[in-house]
Amino acid sequence: MRIICPYCGERGNEEFSYLGDASLLRPDPAGAGAMHAFADYVYLRDNPRGSHREFWYHAAGCRSWLIVTRNTSTHDITRVEFACDVAAARMASFEDEG
Amino acid sequence: MKYSAFTLAYEALRGHADWKPAWREPEPKAEYDVVIVGGGGHGLATAYYLAKEHGLSNVAVVEKGWIGSGNAGRNTTIIRSNYLLPANTQFYEWSMKLWEGLERDLNYNVMVSQRGVLNLCHSDAQRDAFARRGNAMRLNGVDAQLLDHSEVRAMLPFLDYDNARFPIRGGLLQRRGGTARHDAVVWGYARAADRRGIDIIQNCEVTGLTIRNGRISGVETARGPIRAGKVGLAVAGNSSRLAAMAGLRLPIESHVIQAFVTEGVKPVVDCVLTFGAGHFYISQSDKGGLVFGGDLDGYNSYAQRGNLPTVEDIVEGGVALWPGLGRLRVLRHWGGIIDMSMDGSPIIDRTPIDGLYLNAGWCYGGFKATPASGWCFAHLIARDEPHPLHAAFRLDRFAAGMVIDEKGQGAQPNLH
Repeated sequence: MRIICPYCGERGNEEFSYLGDASLLRPDPAGAGAMHAFADYVYLRDNPRGSHREFWYHAAGCRSWLIVTRNTSTHDITRVEFACDVAAARMASFEDEG
Repeated sequence: MKYSAFTLAYEALRGHADWKPAWREPEPKAEYDVVIVGGGGHGLATAYYLAKEHGLSNVAVVEKGWIGSGNAGRNTTIIRSNYLLPANTQFYEWSMKLWEGLERDLNYNVMVSQRGVLNLCHSDAQRDAFARRGNAMRLNGVDAQLLDHSEVRAMLPFLDYDNARFPIRGGLLQRRGGTARHDAVVWGYARAADRRGIDIIQNCEVTGLTIRNGRISGVETARGPIRAGKVGLAVAGNSSRLAAMAGLRLPIESHVIQAFVTEGVKPVVDCVLTFGAGHFYISQSDKGGLVFGGDLDGYNSYAQRGNLPTVEDIVEGGVALWPGLGRLRVLRHWGGIIDMSMDGSPIIDRTPIDGLYLNAGWCYGGFKATPASGWCFAHLIARDEPHPLHAAFRLDRFAAGMVIDEKGQGAQPNLH
């Protein structure tokens, strides 16, 4: 499996370390039901067979956190983004919503 | 047909013409008391103990492929009970006791070989940790023996003892541990369950769970709907997918783990051996091949095949421990999909759906658990309440803060 790092180019997966599901959002610790929301956030996973958005860290390269969209049944990678860009876009959309 | 030395000799004299299939190939009935999803070791053992221990024989095991085609046929056949935490120690020791009587119980040669499991240590700190583990085992009635450097050397003279980075300081030995023939375990349970009237239905993938008013009433399958009063899921690797059919999310990620076998050689290693400075373990099959494995690949996968960096890492560990291994050629290597739970321990519990039971989260250690897993799951399904042996393997233990984390890694499944 080779990951095309947006900064470094195509590299073997041994250069990267894996964190897991990138779709999880940390709940608001002051929100209602935060206890349950945190238990779900820490422990429960969709664990899909098929397309999966996941965090990889280019530890032996540019040290960027990436969000890789990968098929878990074929290992085909369809998209690689910088995690910071995804987070910035999410922040911008929150601000647009006011 | 009961198997014995007499029947074997009789059939041999008749040219093996009269052997009967070891289990039937029944058509699924419209309704069963219990349907077990998953015809691996755990599912078949569950069905067997439902009949044997609880008198329930109107039971079907439905399997999407052929029985034993998943992880039951992809593991490295090791049996042991060398755990640290009490919940795991008690459960796996019960499994070891069932292994010790399994062949008589099933009337089937599953080739249990108590050749010993030796975990090597390479530093003083690791030896201390092994001493603690060994003491915990002995307090729970499990055999454990701490060996020093010279005792290990007497057993296995061919290892690299004076490796500058990973000198072998000693090891923790469980003599009652060893191996069993994985396929024979599947076939033995299948035959024994079939003889007690249980239907084993192969090539019958479950495509949906029928749930009404919070209660299960059956399963949808590739061969039509089957009604059932109770349904047990024993589909490790795919537990999340089945649970999703009931609207449940599980504390599980599916990961791929690889295993390897070399060309056959004369008897060379007479125990199960693990390297403590990397992650590598090895044993020798009765056919002569050296069966070995190591770490997970470490990313979510349903692919049943891994990647080369993990192969390289495992082989490097093996050669660091045992340089002579480099002379052997690898004959086959394969991958299996395992349920990695959030604390590295399994789940045997009821679910929020009445009548739906879950047996999942076996991580990389499901094979040795097969007898006790089936025994406990059958108890849970038959009585609708957990047996004390698996009462800690609860589905809600994560939210409740009652995790059973042998390795102390936290909720990061690829590190357990």
